[in-house]
Amino acid sequence: MLVDWLSLGSIYALLAVGFVIIFKSTQVLNFAHGALAALGAFLVASMATILQIPGRWMGSAPVWLKWTSSALVALAAAALIGLILERLFIRPMLGEGLFSVAIVTLGLDIVIRTVSNDFMGTNPRPLGFPGGTASLDLGWVVIPWNVVVSVIVTLVAVVLIATFFLSRTGVAMRATAFDQEAARAQGINVGRIFSLAWAIGSVMAAVAGIFLSVFPRRSTGVDTATAFLAFAAFPAIILGGLDSIVGAVVGGYAIGLAQAAVTEFLSNNPSFAFLGSGFGGVVPYVLMLLVLLIKPYGLFGTEEIRRV
Amino acid sequence: MLAVENLEVVYNDVVLVLRGISLEVPDGSVVALLGANGAGKTTTLRAITGLLDIHEGEVTKGRVTWNGENITDLDPSRRVGLGISQVMETRRIFGEMTVDENLTAGGYVRGGDTVIRDKVYSLFPQLEERRRSVAGYLSGGEQQMLAIGRAMMQQPDLLILDEPSLGLAPRLVQEVRDIIAEINEQGTSVLLIEQNAMMALSIAHHGYIMETGKLVMDGKPEKLLADDDVREFYLGIGGEGDGGRRSFRDVKHYKRRKRWLS
Ligand SMILES: Nc1ncnc2c1ncn2[C@@H]1O[C@H](COP(=O)(O)OP(=O)(O)OP(=O)(O)O)[C@@H](O)[C@H]1O
Ligand SMILES: [Mg+2]
Repeated sequence: MLVDWLSLGSIYALLAVGFVIIFKSTQVLNFAHGALAALGAFLVASMATILQIPGRWMGSAPVWLKWTSSALVALAAAALIGLILERLFIRPMLGEGLFSVAIVTLGLDIVIRTVSNDFMGTNPRPLGFPGGTASLDLGWVVIPWNVVVSVIVTLVAVVLIATFFLSRTGVAMRATAFDQEAARAQGINVGRIFSLAWAIGSVMAAVAGIFLSVFPRRSTGVDTATAFLAFAAFPAIILGGLDSIVGAVVGGYAIGLAQAAVTEFLSNNPSFAFLGSGFGGVVPYVLMLLVLLIKPYGLFGTEEIRRV
Repeated sequence: MLAVENLEVVYNDVVLVLRGISLEVPDGSVVALLGANGAGKTTTLRAITGLLDIHEGEVTKGRVTWNGENITDLDPSRRVGLGISQVMETRRIFGEMTVDENLTAGGYVRGGDTVIRDKVYSLFPQLEERRRSVAGYLSGGEQQMLAIGRAMMQQPDLLILDEPSLGLAPRLVQEVRDIIAEINEQGTSVLLIEQNAMMALSIAHHGYIMETGKLVMDGKPEKLLADDDVREFYLGIGGEGDGGRRSFRDVKHYKRRKRWLS
């Protein structure tokens, strides 16, 4: 169960962080985030196993190095795609209401999924994640290395991003999120800030997509259901509060824990079988509804300290 | 020098709000732009700084030049880069960020900024004491100081302030006025948009009076302050037995100057 918790939690946390970055800096609710995650995973699969870029030129370099290089190339491609999408579909909506832009991202979600599903076909594409079966044996528990890696990657990503938001550019990004017109009045190039946020957000989605394709169903790779699975990160986002990075991480692991615990409980208690075998997957949404009823700003979201 | 020449601005393609405004701010001077609510002062500011677009506004005629260069269609960030900064109406500080971070955001376009930051804090010592406080919780006066300090982080050659005295107690109005005078003494030109004519004219070298999208009068502060109509409409002095007057237009002897119209 610990393993299920950590792997689910990392995925939800990474997805939530990427979503929050885009929302925090551009006030766009990006409903295409799950699709971007799946697309990112597909890019990794393509680079690592199908096209073997840049591995094919790396001779006898170790497998993990080849794979990591491919992943980096794929992430760069994901960043580029984020930039292009923002430029083509989000930028023209600058200044429009939250709702209309959200509708545009819903449209994007469908388009990205349709296009990448076409490329992917029906069979899962393996990502060729190295060290697939090796585990870390702590004595009292055995954790697969890829789960350990996912937790480390999540925590490192969060620290990097939190640090980034304290940097000059990060401050400019937060200023833009808080008051776009006032940010422009300071000479901040809001368009560039948007590009940056979408590039970072897309990379985070792709990183989440990698783990998403490896863990939840002990699956063999990215396929047409991956984007759908990513939707389960929304409860984590809502729980943490839309605009808090820390909230995204806490929310991610909390939802992951709840889902893993309920699934475990159901498999040990056949008398609850009437709930159905997939009930664990419903748990995040039940929690989301509860949070929305009790604390609509989430655990860490700001309740607005707008202009006084 | 900033020059606004015969400027017309339309909102939403239909509402003509500025109808041929011409004014100039010579280097090193303080120029006051006075006018009642809705006269078009903020619209003039937006046209000068490039922020009309998000308000669905557009310059349909005339131009804005800065040191002879036509900047009418320039991106707002480019204008800040050229040395024109603004303090927006109602301050618009970044309320969720600290005082320090507000200054960082202000200085973002100028790159590394510790020296400038120290200069700004020497202008506003009370802000330095609260540099780690969340800006949204500052008092109104402190927020106005922060808004000015944030703009000063851009080391402007021209600072445009939109009603900085709004909502401040008289003592704080004096303080803001003194700060503006000091900023000017240190070499920054100032365009001061105000409804508080007394405050603005007490430090201005030249003043313009605006009414429903047109300039109706301009001149030296002494002249404006001596004018009966200015006294009546902007300072609330005099005008006994003549309550029927509603605006400058109704005043027979006002002399309209159209220096750029030819
Ligand atoms: N976005 C907009 N769309 C349509 N009309 C607008 C818009 N903004 C301002 N106006 C109109 O333009 C006119 C001038 O407004 P402006 O804000 O420039 O006046 P102002 O002199 O700054 O007034 P105040 O002293 O109240 O700030 C007003 O009649 C206002 O209703
Ligand atoms: Mg105004």
